[in-house]
Amino acid sequence: MTKQVQQLDRVIIRFAGDSGDGMQLTGDRFTQETAAFGNDLSTLPNFPAEIRAPAGTLPGVSSFQLHFADHDILTPGDAPNVLVAMNPAALKANLTDLPRGADLIVNTDEFSKRNLAKVGYAASPVEDDSLSEYRVHALPLTSMTVTALTGFDISKKDAERAKNMFALGLLSWLYHRPTEGTLAFLEKKFGGKPEIMKANIAAFQAGWSYGETTEAFSVQYEIKPAEHEPGLYRNITGNIALAYGLVAAGVQSGLPIFLGSYPITPASDILHEISKHKKFGVRTFQAEDEIAAVGAALGASFGGSLGVTTTSGPGIALKSETIGLGVATELPLLVIDVQRAGPSTGLPTKTEQADLLQAMHGRNGEAPVPVIAPQSPSDCFDAALEAARIAVKYRTPVILLSDGYLANGSEPWKLPDVAKLPTIEPNFAAPSPDGFQPFERDPDTLARPWAIPGTAGLEHRIGGLEKADVTGNISYDPANHDRMVRLRQAKVDGIANDIEPLAVDDPSEAARVLVLGWGGTYGAISAAVRRVRASGRGIAQAHLRHLNPFPANLPEVLRSYDKVIVPEINLGQLALLLRGRLLIDVIGYNQVRGLPFKAEELQGVIQDVIDSE
Amino acid sequence: MSENGNGNGAANGHGLLSLVPKTDEKQTMKDFKTDQEVRWCPGCGDYAVLAAVQSFLPELGLRRENITFVSGIGCSSRFPYYMNTYGFHSIHGRAPAIATGLATSRPDLSVWVVTGDGDSLSIGGNHLIHALRRNVNLKILLFNNRIYGLTKGQYSPTSELGKITKSTPMGSLDAPFNPLSLAIGAEGTFVARTIDSDRKHLQSVLRAAAQHRGTALVEIYQNCNIFNDNAFEPLKDASVRDDVTVRLEHGEPIVFGADRTKALRRTPTGSFEVVDVADVDPSEIAVHDARNPDPSQAFALSRLDQPAFEHTPIGIFRDVDRPSYDELMRAQLDEAVQTQGEGDLAALLGSGDTWRID
Repeated sequence: MTKQVQQLDRVIIRFAGDSGDGMQLTGDRFTQETAAFGNDLSTLPNFPAEIRAPAGTLPGVSSFQLHFADHDILTPGDAPNVLVAMNPAALKANLTDLPRGADLIVNTDEFSKRNLAKVGYAASPVEDDSLSEYRVHALPLTSMTVTALTGFDISKKDAERAKNMFALGLLSWLYHRPTEGTLAFLEKKFGGKPEIMKANIAAFQAGWSYGETTEAFSVQYEIKPAEHEPGLYRNITGNIALAYGLVAAGVQSGLPIFLGSYPITPASDILHEISKHKKFGVRTFQAEDEIAAVGAALGASFGGSLGVTTTSGPGIALKSETIGLGVATELPLLVIDVQRAGPSTGLPTKTEQADLLQAMHGRNGEAPVPVIAPQSPSDCFDAALEAARIAVKYRTPVILLSDGYLANGSEPWKLPDVAKLPTIEPNFAAPSPDGFQPFERDPDTLARPWAIPGTAGLEHRIGGLEKADVTGNISYDPANHDRMVRLRQAKVDGIANDIEPLAVDDPSEAARVLVLGWGGTYGAISAAVRRVRASGRGIAQAHLRHLNPFPANLPEVLRSYDKVIVPEINLGQLALLLRGRLLIDVIGYNQVRGLPFKAEELQGVIQDVIDSE
Repeated sequence: MSENGNGNGAANGHGLLSLVPKTDEKQTMKDFKTDQEVRWCPGCGDYAVLAAVQSFLPELGLRRENITFVSGIGCSSRFPYYMNTYGFHSIHGRAPAIATGLATSRPDLSVWVVTGDGDSLSIGGNHLIHALRRNVNLKILLFNNRIYGLTKGQYSPTSELGKITKSTPMGSLDAPFNPLSLAIGAEGTFVARTIDSDRKHLQSVLRAAAQHRGTALVEIYQNCNIFNDNAFEPLKDASVRDDVTVRLEHGEPIVFGADRTKALRRTPTGSFEVVDVADVDPSEIAVHDARNPDPSQAFALSRLDQPAFEHTPIGIFRDVDRPSYDELMRAQLDEAVQTQGEGDLAALLGSGDTWRID
């Protein structure tokens, strides 16, 4: 039958099911198809910390949201237009996010009395009129899959498990997605189990054919490719981009990378990814704990590697003393904090920006550390390179603040020209006839020499005890300590002259209100800013990449606006720094729900401030 | 004794010297001294160990710039400041972790860790056991004085039960660690004990440790004359020391005593008992086998010290061959290059599903 084709400019789909239903995989495949088709896109995986919470319960619900469009988009979207609910728990957990009129695809096979009771439904919402404000497509996805797979030599359980591929096939038809990538993926994933592979491909194709032939879907949608700059693209998550950035830092500096890490959500994928790339000479070390992970990285840096450690907030707490040692010994060290909701264990799989003050101040003594935050998943690559540049040039630990949203979220990435990536010069110390002083500083950067073992004539001792200026001998002299504390601070402060000034985006050139963000909120703030401008209001936007030191022009920028709004997924940590350091008051907007901001809520916040002017 | 130490490095065929560059220049003890004033208490056992290390290192003929001393926190951890090599005085308990990163990324270095009983067995216990199980190429000198010195006299994890100190006026409640039992339990590949007052023995053990590729743990009984004086007096007092000190030599029957009238015999449960040589058939006397891959015998020897100092073995308990951590890691890097070719950044970035927009 010929179906009507309707053009859309953008769609937000959320796949939701039990942790064991393969929703992350389904979402990821749909994303890859969408990327290959050429839409712009942004994704938001959302999964429980438990690997397998009890089946069919609310805590076990896992979801994957994908926003794709024929134009440049910035966020995974506020609310889904389409919800795929594989069981009653997935329906109940996600229904409140669904706007009226949205499409709802429900797997009725899972709506048994028992499964309904598990989440407190007295009757099936599919059968009464409680879903009347949505366009409900009640489909027996599991049994259709099993039927489609009769004749395959696989267990009933394996057949049922392929229902996510049936759903993916159906959605792929509904939105005109190319299927080659998914077919190739299934062939590779199940290469060792040919019957399972064939069954999953058959389930995928059955889902597609079902869409084509059923009367349940009368309309097929088309979202044209987005306009992108010419180039080679791939889809990338923040964690993979960060891993690539670290490998690139090794290549661009000629320094061997040594990654010391201890598994922790949501940072572990960086360790996993880098572990695959040993052919770059990268050493990965899964340590006995967070402290050993950073200790080994610092020890490797002492030996002339670029030491890196990757973790999340609780791990940073454990590493604090060693980061302080890195400050005292003035060695390069990269500390990656993929922030998650705290305090303590908090919400391990949910995002937050509440480690900024820990990164800035979470050490004993005066221990300044440069802090850098990427603003989007693909930007994690550039931020890692920039962090490495500063660490090596200034002989200092650098903290990079990613977050759970950036880590697992994805977007299309135009691959950089490798030949144009910045190079990083290690500039190891070499013997000189004038002798060697381990704490004699470069007059421009105030960095001390990096003299590595194996270099004859530069034998020296470093450590956590205060060092005499220039000679590096132990010194308890009060004036020397005061001088060294100020020198270390001045070294970090001086980086402000070596970073890009803060850029302000204000097409109207007449805005009186500035919205200032940092890190992973860039997409949501930018999307909100577009909406505010579309409403006819003027708003200026700036986003901080360098949190320490701040760009030199920051005070001037902030003072040129009547009001400055600072949205953060914490209780006002950047706001505190701005007020404390610059004596500039700002209007904070703060939410800590473990989720990224929604563009619509920020739009309201910004417009309220503008309208109160 | 010294033959035992020297012999093993050569026997296992890939001693330390094969990877650390050697020098043709003649070195002396003076070359290893720094201009820094040594600041231990007068009479401290640390002086003897420092002198022993500085005077034996020239024998190795290693380039001085390829030797690194890493320490934690405590009196003994000041050691690197007095060694004219590369040195890193780090933070409490973490020296094995920091040294792991250094030794794993730099197989051309001879990396020595200097630590104390509090540093390595309390705050840093975790790092010590993991360095041992990984067989990281480190020489760990564990200065055991059974007390906290730098913090002025609290009990340590090797202090005897009931120890009266500033923090335990009614006696400590904690059963002590036996560092060697712990190290052998972690399957350390080189485990030895020596004593600060016997320079000849100390140097022979250090020599063997230096030759060992992998983790060498050397417990050094070291006297703190301020807070725990005479802790090892039975092993030093000329009137009794030969009767309580059991000197272990690989391949030799374990016989001891001033007149060599005592010996060790294995019991049916696997432990050792002390017997009179005269009372037993020579075939019953245990022969020390430091190179047995099974750590059971070495462990049983380490338990002989209970109760303390009735019979205390010193020497090399265990010295076995197992690939070191850096070798294993380097082999993986080499294998990756051999099977996949050298890393190509552009190829890495463009891996996976890509699409081109013209």
